[in-house]
Amino acid sequence: MEQIILFSPLAGALVAGFGWRIIGDAASQWISTGLLFIACALSWVVFLLHDGQTHHIHVLDWIRSGALEAAWSIRLDRLTAIMLIVVTSVSALVHLYSIGYMAHDDNFDEKKESYRPRFFAYLSLFTFAMLMLVTADNLAQLFFGWEGVGLASYLLIGFYFRKSSANSAAIKAFVVNRVGDFGFALGIFALFFLADSIMLDDIFDLAPELANTQLTFLWTDWNAANLAAFLLFVGAMGKSAQFFLHTWLPDAMEGPTPVSALIHAATMVTAGVFLVCRMSPLFEFAPEAKMIVVAIGAATAFFAATVGLVQNDIKRVVAYSTCSQLGYMFVAAGVGVYSVAMFHLFTHAFFKAMLFLGAGSVIHGMHHEQDMRNYGGLRRKMPYTFWAMLIGTLAITGVGIPLTAYGFAGFLSKDAVIESAYAGTNGGLAFWALVVAALFTSFYSWRLMFMTFYGKPRGDMHAHEHAHESPPVMLVPLGALALGSVFAGMIWYGSYFGDHDEVNRFFGVESHHAEEGGHADHDADDHGGDSASEDAKADYHHGPAPVGAIFTHPDNHVLDEAHHAPKWVKASPFAAMLIGLVFALWFYVWDPSVPGRLSRNQRPLYLFLLNKWYFDEIYDYIFVRPTCALGRFLWRKGDGGVIDGAINGVATGIIPFFTRMAGRAQSGYIFTYAFAMVVGIAVLITWISIGGGAR
Amino acid sequence: MDNLLSITTFIPAIAAAILVIFLRGEDASARQSAKWVALIATILTFLVSIFILAGFDPNDTGFQFVEEAEWLLGLKYKMGVDGISVLFVMLTTFIMPLTIAASWNVDTRVKEYMVAFLLLETLMLGVFMSLDLVLFYLFFEAGLIPMFLIIGIWGGSDRIYASFKFFLYTFLGSVLMLVAMVAMFAEAGTTDIPVLMTHVFGSESFSILGVHVVGGMQTLMFIAFFASFAVKMPMWPVHTWLPDAHVQAPTAGSVVLAAILLKMGGYGFLRFSLPMFPVGSDVMTPFVLWLSAIAIVYTSLVALAQEDMKKLIAYSSVAHMGYVTMGIFAANQQGIDGAIFQMLSHGFISAALFLCVGVVYDRAHSREISAYGGLVHKMPVYALVFMLFTMANVGLPGTSGFIGEFLTLVGIFQVDTYVALVATTGVILSAAYALWLYRRVIFGPFIRESLSEILTEMNPREKAIFAPLVVMTLLLGVCPWLVTDIVGPSVEALIGNYQAALAEAETAMQYAELSH
Repeated sequence: MEQIILFSPLAGALVAGFGWRIIGDAASQWISTGLLFIACALSWVVFLLHDGQTHHIHVLDWIRSGALEAAWSIRLDRLTAIMLIVVTSVSALVHLYSIGYMAHDDNFDEKKESYRPRFFAYLSLFTFAMLMLVTADNLAQLFFGWEGVGLASYLLIGFYFRKSSANSAAIKAFVVNRVGDFGFALGIFALFFLADSIMLDDIFDLAPELANTQLTFLWTDWNAANLAAFLLFVGAMGKSAQFFLHTWLPDAMEGPTPVSALIHAATMVTAGVFLVCRMSPLFEFAPEAKMIVVAIGAATAFFAATVGLVQNDIKRVVAYSTCSQLGYMFVAAGVGVYSVAMFHLFTHAFFKAMLFLGAGSVIHGMHHEQDMRNYGGLRRKMPYTFWAMLIGTLAITGVGIPLTAYGFAGFLSKDAVIESAYAGTNGGLAFWALVVAALFTSFYSWRLMFMTFYGKPRGDMHAHEHAHESPPVMLVPLGALALGSVFAGMIWYGSYFGDHDEVNRFFGVESHHAEEGGHADHDADDHGGDSASEDAKADYHHGPAPVGAIFTHPDNHVLDEAHHAPKWVKASPFAAMLIGLVFALWFYVWDPSVPGRLSRNQRPLYLFLLNKWYFDEIYDYIFVRPTCALGRFLWRKGDGGVIDGAINGVATGIIPFFTRMAGRAQSGYIFTYAFAMVVGIAVLITWISIGGGAR
Repeated sequence: MDNLLSITTFIPAIAAAILVIFLRGEDASARQSAKWVALIATILTFLVSIFILAGFDPNDTGFQFVEEAEWLLGLKYKMGVDGISVLFVMLTTFIMPLTIAASWNVDTRVKEYMVAFLLLETLMLGVFMSLDLVLFYLFFEAGLIPMFLIIGIWGGSDRIYASFKFFLYTFLGSVLMLVAMVAMFAEAGTTDIPVLMTHVFGSESFSILGVHVVGGMQTLMFIAFFASFAVKMPMWPVHTWLPDAHVQAPTAGSVVLAAILLKMGGYGFLRFSLPMFPVGSDVMTPFVLWLSAIAIVYTSLVALAQEDMKKLIAYSSVAHMGYVTMGIFAANQQGIDGAIFQMLSHGFISAALFLCVGVVYDRAHSREISAYGGLVHKMPVYALVFMLFTMANVGLPGTSGFIGEFLTLVGIFQVDTYVALVATTGVILSAAYALWLYRRVIFGPFIRESLSEILTEMNPREKAIFAPLVVMTLLLGVCPWLVTDIVGPSVEALIGNYQAALAEAETAMQYAELSH
């Protein structure tokens, strides 16, 4: 069954990509969509019937070189099961939605170009690569999926290949991701060096030992676990568009909107979070690396939220929102509450995919207008889209009943993240960054809603007159995702963020230190449990490999402490949400002249945010241009001047001499030279054999 | 089939002889027959070579299919293959029919052209099979001549300059190797390669002209061989002949050059340098590793600046060969497995990329990147093939390009993390130049309306040439163990001998110090 889940998207990609000439345009779309729905249904079966144990399924031998062995295989545990349903559900719905969205496209010549099968082939290919990533049981296969989704992302961002901006964005996405992969690859090399294996189980076994190992890398000695975890995290930063490596994600919005929903919101960009959770046994022994994860995650959450405040392109607002939410997930993972990171990943997939698909529906209805300044009053023209977007907004901003487990999906998962951040950093900067980001999130999300659906129509009136609701094939996926956005949080709250035992059961973690946790549960503040956890740690050194999908260090009680966070901490995201909502109402409903005045008064700040903190400009100046200049310099001066100059200089005149002679001669004379060479070699060999024989 | 290796080696030469002796005239039918004879001969060679692979026992780390005979002047004719060389033989016989098929449009001096390629195949096969020093040198050097002719006669406008540059670089390198070979013979008294591999050459340090030579004789011999192999690879900074040669060579010439001739350098390191001069290799390892790391970064940067498609791919080749030398001198299982894999994989990928350039060059007669744009509108299948090989070139997992890069980098990381770090930046730069090239040629609006009649989709012949390359690139990407299982045992033996020789030299040195 797992094999069917894994390979049906690949089959879909091949059918759509190569088979459409035979079976036709429409059939190829429906077949690839149908295969995805099969994979989706089976994934839910796997998820719901999963017993929490880790299963290994061998598919095919792959790399074998000395100690380095890796096979194509499936590792099925709770993490994989969660990712399976996230990936296949969103992907199946996006496939369905795309049938409507891609029905007409002005970028292509309807009669001559068959762009739709190509689009579906890429979507299915992406899904296949993503599934390979989440089912990997060794780092090489994980890397295969990692780069495979990068390829699909590249192809889909550049889908409108006539547009120069789309091509640039595609290359930028691939190259920036490669910068992350550079770190990821070094991490794999380092782990192989340390563990003599790239199988996850072997690495997990060795993790406690790595914490006490020094590794000389470059000029200094590092703690092996910290170094390896940090290098892997660099890869995660690239894929998940974290601070410093985030610049590709907003540009990636050049791709068709369903792509943004699937790849750049719900699935691919969460691969980094998945990686950190997957490697939790390693990260648990790498405290410094975890601190970096928290710092980068919090910085991204805050930074992206500030930029999101002022963007006017509807897709870019949602893109920055994605970037920001990914930061939340990393903070949760970084403080060691992997289940909560997965919880937010899980709920975010539903409501963010829905926001994107909703945005796509608006763009579709408005004839590919993406500037929100030209929207307004679309509530009546697109009632279903409006309701879907509203649910998505309620979910992302975190609406629910404070201090209970009733609310939209985002309410529960985001609060869980913020409480974990509070517990994990003792109310530190990361916690406050997330609370402020929650305020901004609320503001820009409601701003999007008000600018799009309320007020008077602005911009091109022609477009507004022809604005229309999208066809059912696009609305059905919105409805399905809306269900997830409302209920996903409440249904699985206990599994991800319930009490210790429940979470452990869900993730298949042995109750080895569950008693430990129960103990700490009662006196989280005093450290009475310390000696016991020392014992547990000592045991662990000799004990079997960590069992279960995630691993929590015996000293890590953040999950329990998060449950005991003060009431004001638990209520803070809700308060932030309300403040953001009020400001959005004030700015965009009650007094729409405020934003204009504010942007004029605070010009430098406004430009700073509008230009995304000038990251692109700075990178262009310090990386891109010098690299190109260096390339030209090395070519002209290095190869042309120094090397050829020196080497030709040694044999001054030889080449010109021959060239002159040959230039005068007919090309037939070249045979003469060739003959001379044969004679020369014959003479040399004769000399060796006779001369040698004489000795 | 006692003479399987000789049969394989000389089928092309016999076909060449048939062409020279029996084919007369320059008319269309004569040209056509020359092409068919060459094609059939190369395919036959490939089919015969399959028997070598089928009969090859990977677990036997010695030489197999060995043939030995006396030859003129008391020289020995000795051939054999082991796990390291057998796949290079297969690569050669696999690529040659494709190059002949890619030359179907040649219309000047067709007979001579085919003769040159057939002789070249015999000589290249001889290099990978010979087990005698003199025989090896003969094949190694003689191989220059047909290539020199191919560039010099059927090349582009600047072919004379390029062909002489090619010839002089490689020839000057080999002169030093010849001197070393004479010295080896003088010391060991034999030219038999398996014997030489077990012979221990002197490694006591000495001073010569005031220069202290660590590793003594071995280091000097290593350097002499290195001069030849480094030029062949080519390694930075003696790589500048390659871009010129590629640009001027006809498409099929570039394919042979990139796919097979470059591999002789790497093969030489594995056959001679590591086994025969272990101490010399060990002394020079840091130097070679840094040259490799520089090559990867330097040539990748230079590739970014190129305006000519062939030059860009040529520089990319140099960068990829940097991984090979790095892997070989990491001298561990993953490093050398990876280096051999990278050479084979590069044989398919670079061949395909040069063929891709050939496809558009045949149509529009330009290699300038800026002369193209938006080809996807006219040539979707071509765009797909080009995309596959671009991705293979940047080492996307699932293609063979990934395995070679990955294994060599895994290997080097265990030896030197600085080199590993520098070399790994290559994965970023290669993505940049390869995608930039692809974007400018394939994407964007179609810019040459005047050529819209000429720039048409690939014809069946062209598709048939690419098909085997596509299959191999994907097959080896998904099942790399097909290769590593064959080379693995021989590589393991090679490393075992290498480490043992180093340990022995170490003890000998300590003993010498004690006795002083």
